Amino acid sequence: MASHEAVSANLRQVTESAWDGGVAPFATGSKKLGMWLFIMSDAITFSALIMAYAYVRVASDNWPTPFEFYPGIVKATLMTVILLTSSLTMVMAVRAAKLGNRSSAVKWLLGTMAAGLAFVLIHATEWAGLIGEGVRLFKNPWGAPLFGAAFFTLTGLHMTHVFCGVCYLAVVAVLFAKGKVTSEDVEVSGLYWHFVDLVWMFIFPLVYILSVKMG
Amino acid sequence: MDSASDREHSEGGVKVFLVVWFWLLALTGVEVFLGYKAFEVKIMLVLLMGLSVIKASLIIAYFMHLRYEEPSMAATLMPALVMVILLMFMMFPDSLRLLAMRPH
Repeated sequence: MASHEAVSANLRQVTESAWDGGVAPFATGSKKLGMWLFIMSDAITFSALIMAYAYVRVASDNWPTPFEFYPGIVKATLMTVILLTSSLTMVMAVRAAKLGNRSSAVKWLLGTMAAGLAFVLIHATEWAGLIGEGVRLFKNPWGAPLFGAAFFTLTGLHMTHVFCGVCYLAVVAVLFAKGKVTSEDVEVSGLYWHFVDLVWMFIFPLVYILSVKMG
Repeated sequence: MDSASDREHSEGGVKVFLVVWFWLLALTGVEVFLGYKAFEVKIMLVLLMGLSVIKASLIIAYFMHLRYEEPSMAATLMPALVMVILLMFMMFPDSLRLLAMRPH
């Protein structure tokens, strides 16, 4: 606790002149600031992919809209709900960690990981379904050949992020249970997890809702 | 423990998280509903992207805690990100021309 108070005092001192930087720029730990900077660069990567998707879509006159209410939209909506709920369990994990409740934090982290795995599994069945219908990277039975490339790249990179997030949370959960990392590390892993959730908030409407198969 | 519970009090705590989560789910529902309305694509894009920006802001502000960080941090990170994304989309209008320019 004593070192914690020392850090707080230090942060207060920096807070008084936040624009001056100093030992803790923005009154934030270096790990947290590092994660924020990583998130910024990752956000730009996803923006580039989303922009490429939107570009080829607008420039094509026969972009496929293959997602029927079931399974496409129902699954994507379920995945959205799962991911949003996993963000809720993640903030609960961070809260428990900050309050010093180690076992509760680990349980919430496990819940978050379970939701992440459920997301990847549902997404994988959806991919399998589309591949079964004949969608390939540069070929599909419906129209613009780039549909597959845009869809698989965008959702694939996101799915990779979710899977890496599950592994990351597993490492944090184990180390936090052993007392080898602090609540700040849990919070930093939470930032990553929420960001993955946030990206899906753009992929879901752009990729799925705009490609609903009407009646 | 006092400082932790004090902080939680000023930052809302579980109730705020649940309210934010509820709104995120509700806005997702609105998006699905909009998907089955026959709006023109441009109007649809504005509506859906508007909702997505609101959802993203809720996640950043409350789940990612940025609202409670030093204001200088948000002021450093967010305008830079918005600027980069806007610059990236600067060539987007070309995509509208491409379709009309295609040889038939």
